[in-house]
Amino acid sequence: MKTVEKRIRECVAKGNKAFIPYMMAGDGGLDSLKDKLLFLEECGATAIEIGIPFSDPVADGEVIQRAGERALADGVTLRKVLDELVRFKGEVSVPLIIMTYLNPILAYGINSFIERCEKIGIGGLIIPDLPLEEDGLLRNGLEGTDIALIPLVSLTSSLERIVNIAKQAEGFIYAVTVNGITGVRNEFEDKLSAHLKRVKEESSVPVLAGFGISTSQQVEQLGAQADGVIVGSAIVDALHRDDLEVIRGLMRTCTMEINNSATS
Amino acid sequence: MAIELKKGRYGKFGGQYVPETLMTALIELEEAYGTAKSDPAFHKELDYYLRDFVGRENPLYFAERLTAKIGGAKIFLKREDLNHTGAHKINNSLGQALLAIRMGKRKIVAETGAGQHGVATATACALFGLDCVVFMGKEDIRRQELNVFRMELLGAKVVSVDKGSGTLKDAVNEALRYWVANVEDTHYILGSALGPHPFPEIVRDFQRVIGVETRRQIVEKEGRLPDAVVACIGGGSNAIGMFHPFIEDEGVALFGVEAAGSGISTGLHAAAIADGREGVLHGAYMYVLQDEDGFIKEAHSISAGLDYPAVGPEHCHLHEIGRVKYSSVTDAEALEGLKLLSKTEGIIPALESAHAIHFAAELAKEMDKDEIIVVCLSGRGDKDMQTVREAIGGVVE
Ligand SMILES: Cc1ncc(COP(=O)(O)O)c(C=O)c1O
Repeated sequence: MKTVEKRIRECVAKGNKAFIPYMMAGDGGLDSLKDKLLFLEECGATAIEIGIPFSDPVADGEVIQRAGERALADGVTLRKVLDELVRFKGEVSVPLIIMTYLNPILAYGINSFIERCEKIGIGGLIIPDLPLEEDGLLRNGLEGTDIALIPLVSLTSSLERIVNIAKQAEGFIYAVTVNGITGVRNEFEDKLSAHLKRVKEESSVPVLAGFGISTSQQVEQLGAQADGVIVGSAIVDALHRDDLEVIRGLMRTCTMEINNSATS
Repeated sequence: MAIELKKGRYGKFGGQYVPETLMTALIELEEAYGTAKSDPAFHKELDYYLRDFVGRENPLYFAERLTAKIGGAKIFLKREDLNHTGAHKINNSLGQALLAIRMGKRKIVAETGAGQHGVATATACALFGLDCVVFMGKEDIRRQELNVFRMELLGAKVVSVDKGSGTLKDAVNEALRYWVANVEDTHYILGSALGPHPFPEIVRDFQRVIGVETRRQIVEKEGRLPDAVVACIGGGSNAIGMFHPFIEDEGVALFGVEAAGSGISTGLHAAAIADGREGVLHGAYMYVLQDEDGFIKEAHSISAGLDYPAVGPEHCHLHEIGRVKYSSVTDAEALEGLKLLSKTEGIIPALESAHAIHFAAELAKEMDKDEIIVVCLSGRGDKDMQTVREAIGGVVE
């Protein structure tokens, strides 16, 4: 079992929900990366997802796109983020998950990228444009490492796909809660509950819900139906506005016991 | 790098690098297309619209005065510019609109660069009563104002994209985002032989009519196949449609012409085969203009329709195996090509097609008088008059 999965399981075993905040590396300057990670850890993050800015982020909504644009304007690249992470490796103890589109990895070189991630102690990778059909590209190189290749399932995934994705899943399954891109949503589709239940039934790794989750109420609602939640745009926005209370509030919800039968 | 060979691959190029949310739609599309392809009723319906609505088949025209002026090989023009809506794009839009209807999807999203694909798609949607949203880069909206108006007249909603460089690649990003959010009732009519499998194959098949007609027409006129076939390359749809029926004919040299913009050495161009590296963009593994960190570069060309920082996967493969020779033509040369054809033949080509004209004119000089070149005249120049006038300062020498 890879470390990310272990940490999520420990958290769930205590009766809590896993909480994974997403932040855009380099938004607000790469030199503040360490402090932001330490802050998120101190708030109780189970793991932290670090987004790498990209020129063509097709899976991202407005908030994360703009954060990426700010980071790009500052010259932030995958290489620079990894260099920065090496500098304070070991000081952040929760698992770090890198979320990047595929092309920057290809430009870096798949093998060098994996090697570098191992050196830093990266706990997982989320690559939104690498579906099951194509993920052999990285899966082979990740074998034997502690880096989990974390798959996404969506509301449109057929049962057959869910089964196949679950079979290969490492770390956790990232259950996308909307048809759409990242960003704040007011409500979720009715069929979401049934969908999450189905994914959990098929999966032997934990299932975390993400995309569009932005309020404590949503954290509670979706957390009750999954092993935890991933919050992106709301965190990115709060970090950008330096509104740390919002983040503390969201995270607190997860460490409070969420009644698993509340909404399911 | 080891990339597995499987379906949807052209050599190592192609694939399906898309968010999971789109995978089911791609699988459905592949299945629907597979059934349509082997259904005579589908072809009958498409052929009907291609004939009575688009005006096919269009002529293969012997450009006699151009040939005489150059004094080399005989030049023939495949007149896609005479199609309804003024370019080859309608072949694909009609085919995919019919496919969408078969899949029970009555909402369409599309991207457009020059506006030609947007106009063609808006036209097909008007014809069949489908809802249509077209994403178009802000910069392209400025360059192709009249096409925006045409799309709106046809009942489409045109959405301006100001992200990134505000050109075609950013319009594709937005169209993909829109599709992800509306995938259950919406079909994405991609406008070139690009994107994730099965799009490159579907677009190619709908554009193959260009090459199929050309092959028959040249044999009727000249009793033999041509020595060379030339087409411009944006994403590569007119070119692959023209080339595909000739690929097995070893005696037919195939030439793809990319946009060299201000010149390859200036970095301001759209020539992904000449100057790109292998990478992934918009769901496919291709040659892509990118920096060393893997960020996609802006493409530059005077012709909005060639302004794309990659080339469709099948072309990448044809380049790698050496079956097609790819070269490039600058903005200035394309303008020369446009003026040349306008004055010698009374045909004002689209700026995209003018790249192919310039290349063919140079090629003809090197060839014998009894040799034959066919050029795909992919579109007409009406949409470009503003751009051309600005570029030549309003003065025609
Ligand atoms: C007239 C014309 N020719 C060529 C192109 C380039 O596209 P493709 O390479 O897909 O044929 C376009 C694109 O808009 C066009 O309008």
